[in-house]
Amino acid sequence: MKSLLKYLNEYKKESVLAPLFKMLEASFELFVPLVMAVLIDYGIGGSQFEGFDSYESYLDGHYGNMYIVLRMGLYLVILGVIGLICSITAQYFAAKAAVGFSKRLRQAMFSHIQKLSYEKLDQAGTSTLITRMTSDINQVQNGVNMFLRLFLRSPFIVVGAVIMAFYVDAKAALVFAVAIPLLSLVVFAIVFANIPLYRKVQDGLDKVLLSVRENLNGIRVIRAFHKEADEIEAFDKKNQELTRIQLFAGRVSALLNPVTYVIINIALVFLLNQSALRVDIGSLSQGEVVALVNYMAQILVELVKLANLIVTLTKALACAVRIQTVMELPEGMEEESDINTSSQNVQKIKENEESDECVKFDHVGFTYRGGKGEVLTEMDFSVKKGEIVGIIGGTGSGKSTLVQLIPRFYDVTRGEVLVDGRNVKDYEIDTLRKKIGIVPQKAALFKGTIRDNLLFGDPDGAEETLWEALETAQAKEFVEKKEGGLDAEVEQGGRNFSGGQKQRLCIARALVRRPEILILDDSSSALDYATDAALRTALKGLSYRPTVWIVSQRTASIQHADKIVVLDDGEIAGMGTHDELLASCKVYQEIYDSQYQEGGR
Amino acid sequence: MEGLQKETLKKVLNRIKGYWFYLAISLCLTVVTVICTLYLPILTGHAVDCMWDQGWVDFDRLKTLLVTMGWVIAATAASQWLLSLCNNRMTYFVVRDIRKEAFRKLEILPLKYTDSHSTGEIVSKVIADVDQFADGLLMGFTQLFTGVLTIFGTLFFMLSIHVGVALVVILITPVSLFVASFIAKKTFSLFRAQSQTRGEQTALIDEMIGNQKVVQAFSKEKDVEERFEEINERLEDCSLKAIFYSSITNPATRFVNSLVYTGVGITGAFAVLKGYLTVGQLTSFLSYANQYTKPFNEISGVVTELQNAIACAARIFELIEEEPQIPDGEDAVELSQVTGEVSLKDVCFSYVPDKKLIEHFNLDVKPGQRIAIVGPTGCGKTTLINLLMRFYDVDSGSIKVSDEDIRHITRKSLRSSYGMVLQETWLKSGTILDNIRMGRPEATLEEVEEAAKASHAHSFIKRLPEGYETVIGEDGGSLSQGQKQLLCIARVMLCLPPMLILDEATSSIDTRTELKIQNAFASMMKGRTSFIVAHRLSTIKEADVILVMKDGNIIEQGNHDELLDQGGFYADLYNSQFAS
Repeated sequence: MKSLLKYLNEYKKESVLAPLFKMLEASFELFVPLVMAVLIDYGIGGSQFEGFDSYESYLDGHYGNMYIVLRMGLYLVILGVIGLICSITAQYFAAKAAVGFSKRLRQAMFSHIQKLSYEKLDQAGTSTLITRMTSDINQVQNGVNMFLRLFLRSPFIVVGAVIMAFYVDAKAALVFAVAIPLLSLVVFAIVFANIPLYRKVQDGLDKVLLSVRENLNGIRVIRAFHKEADEIEAFDKKNQELTRIQLFAGRVSALLNPVTYVIINIALVFLLNQSALRVDIGSLSQGEVVALVNYMAQILVELVKLANLIVTLTKALACAVRIQTVMELPEGMEEESDINTSSQNVQKIKENEESDECVKFDHVGFTYRGGKGEVLTEMDFSVKKGEIVGIIGGTGSGKSTLVQLIPRFYDVTRGEVLVDGRNVKDYEIDTLRKKIGIVPQKAALFKGTIRDNLLFGDPDGAEETLWEALETAQAKEFVEKKEGGLDAEVEQGGRNFSGGQKQRLCIARALVRRPEILILDDSSSALDYATDAALRTALKGLSYRPTVWIVSQRTASIQHADKIVVLDDGEIAGMGTHDELLASCKVYQEIYDSQYQEGGR
Repeated sequence: MEGLQKETLKKVLNRIKGYWFYLAISLCLTVVTVICTLYLPILTGHAVDCMWDQGWVDFDRLKTLLVTMGWVIAATAASQWLLSLCNNRMTYFVVRDIRKEAFRKLEILPLKYTDSHSTGEIVSKVIADVDQFADGLLMGFTQLFTGVLTIFGTLFFMLSIHVGVALVVILITPVSLFVASFIAKKTFSLFRAQSQTRGEQTALIDEMIGNQKVVQAFSKEKDVEERFEEINERLEDCSLKAIFYSSITNPATRFVNSLVYTGVGITGAFAVLKGYLTVGQLTSFLSYANQYTKPFNEISGVVTELQNAIACAARIFELIEEEPQIPDGEDAVELSQVTGEVSLKDVCFSYVPDKKLIEHFNLDVKPGQRIAIVGPTGCGKTTLINLLMRFYDVDSGSIKVSDEDIRHITRKSLRSSYGMVLQETWLKSGTILDNIRMGRPEATLEEVEEAAKASHAHSFIKRLPEGYETVIGEDGGSLSQGQKQLLCIARVMLCLPPMLILDEATSSIDTRTELKIQNAFASMMKGRTSFIVAHRLSTIKEADVILVMKDGNIIEQGNHDELLDQGGFYADLYNSQFAS
């Protein structure tokens, strides 16, 4: 929580002024019972009001008193107006600080997520990140707002009321001194008992939610296996459990109001008793008794507010913790700080630029965090500039993982990956990734126009470059047919394009930046054979000769590659050209046969 | 709109009816609480009246008064506590019942409904709306009754003490209501602007974080941050306005409240001077004046809250009252001896009335036959499965299994005679074991392993941290698509029902593993009627009958060789995939 508070730093002024004005308002509120006491004692009762001696002299009895009544009434209204102004000012500063705080926090969190590594993104999960960025931050904003408005005001009024009571009559006010600490103790005990219960309620709700979601997503399977009755039973259990916790939590928080009420009013009884004795010996006036009673009432009202505030804060705190865990995920990849400074390095780079080795896997092993064994073992091979590399292998053999190591989406756990002879860890991430164009498995397009999506690859891409990329990606034809051409609308997630069109646009996007290394991660699966073949031919003919990595399950997609790497369960089962592998690699033969056995060749 | 509200309210009350006992107690307790709460200031006033001046204190009377106060306090606290317990119970029970009802509905809704509504939408009805409704209902129970009763009680007590002063309170108070509603109206559009901007931001968050990996792959973090910042700035602006203007309500009503307080002070003082009122009674009045506006503010809050709750309830009832699937008839038969004979006669079906899909479809399947269905996307392959499983009912014509119209068979026995593997894999959160055992919970571990071996899932399951006891998260969690599909196949292999439906069952599995599974499939399909949908022609070459579908109709029918010889659509499709 503390580290989140730094986003409030910008708003120090507001965060101080808001409670200050609230306190100002509160202090004027504290005068009200006093003014009322004067009104009663001097306006109604016979007591002489010192400040008005001269008026008293020529205004007889009732009229003089009436004057005081009206004058005090005017004071009350003035106090009210000042209170109103202070309060509105306070609300403004509180709102400003809270909204500003949440804005900064949101921005920081968004930037933070931008910098998370793939590993951390996998770990956190998209949907939680989204809820935390939206509803959790809103809750925290609400909490900060309420905190600034009330957290000082309520205790201040309580303490202030006690002090004023002492000022009116110390002996009678002793009751306050006993009641307030006792009350705080009880209230806080109840609230703190409640915090873990609230968390449990939230957990129970999560379970119910999971049940519903699952039943909707799996509706066909559940019905096919006629599991409806079992599912209802399971749901009822979770639902009942939720109700049970809710009732239990409710029972505890239901104590809050009655307990507050009893303590305050018992104190009131003692106060009246004490006051009676003081009035009897002439140390206290009736008006002052009324003032004391009023202070007691003010305390009660504030305490109820405070209790509600604490509930809100409890919720906000729970959300803050959830945000905190995201913010604490370490950012991205460690970048070496002295990347370009060391002369030795520069020397090394020069050497390597002259060599024609583009990517080299040097005894690489990789294990996903929390994974049991290595997903990739002993990857040891290198690829020359301009070569076309095919990666093939079964489901879960580590194909995608292998290529994701090149742009350093994940860090290897053993060995090293070298790009242009330099360890990827020694690059600035940006510099490294600018060399690479990647087409992910899931064809993801963004809302906007086709042009926007292509410029994603290179913001400075000229019109000509865009069309060139589209042509290579075999997308030119359908883009031309679209109304608006490059400026045709792309809906959220690209849902107004077919699977194959989306894939081709994603390929074009990667080509726009004229990458040194192009990675196609199983990204032509939705293309028919002819288009796929045309794409491969076009890639070969690119003037800037990128090194192309093609990940595929289809032998047809990679059989013309300069080098084919066959993966099997995370190990290299074979490497070479199509003909070599067909002759020597059993796994490759099997894959090939499974696609061509009795086929139409 | 008004009508809908009333209608919904009636339905809510109907559901509360079961708990009328709690409701009655709750009402009684409210009355007790309010009367006690209001009586206390009167007693306090009397007590103050006992201490007139030095030496003029009526200790005897004071003592009785204080003792009475003690009892009243005890009674108030007790009834307050019981009241909230009672309300809690009532609310949470009603909400539990509604959730139960909604969930039961989910299980019998026709797939037509769930297919045409997004999961998020339905989930938010069952979870978020029900939750909001609970909050509103609880607040309504606790504050609405109390508020209304307090207002009337206060009025009664004030009028009984002094009519004139009471009138001052009655006249000034509506001002606070007026101010509050004025501000509420003004802020409504501000709030709308806020939620609009917020929606815009959420959409951006959803899109960018959903595709975070792509954003990073293209080093677009900075650009995206800038776009976010632009919306964020705008959001700050509207939020500040909305929050600030709405937060004026509280100080404004408090100000009106202080006017009431002053008014009571002044008029009360005059009344005292004229001898109509004692100082003690004035004290009671002052504390009433403080209390009186509170329920007004609360009620206006509660009314908004309740309106919101009713709106939420209406959305839930929409779901609950949705037309369920036609229940199994009284005379529906249990399918016991399934031979595997299936016949479709003159079947017509469409999802939307004016967009015809399947028309006059005829098919006779003999026991043990293997039917492959091929055709371009959207040709009706999956629809056919929807009809066979009776996820949807035919519009006209009939489907018969073992010579019995499937509409006269219990759904349970119909569906359990099919084993189904779909392209879209679905797994329950739970252990791998539970997932495979889904169709046969009584299966032993050996049988499960057997099935997993047959589907080639055994080797990867063994490598998971806890083997078969590994708990997988929602929708398979970290398993790859192919692995999930293998589990779904194992699930069916364990049940071995008399008929099979395989809808692109191996689409995510690499061809080599697929080849291995084919053997298991082949032995499983032996003697079982099976329907196979696939893109990969190699998987369906061995079918007895290949149905080539296009636009909802069978355009070709025959086995692989016959169809190749025909040189029609199938031959084209086949050659386009394998010509090199």
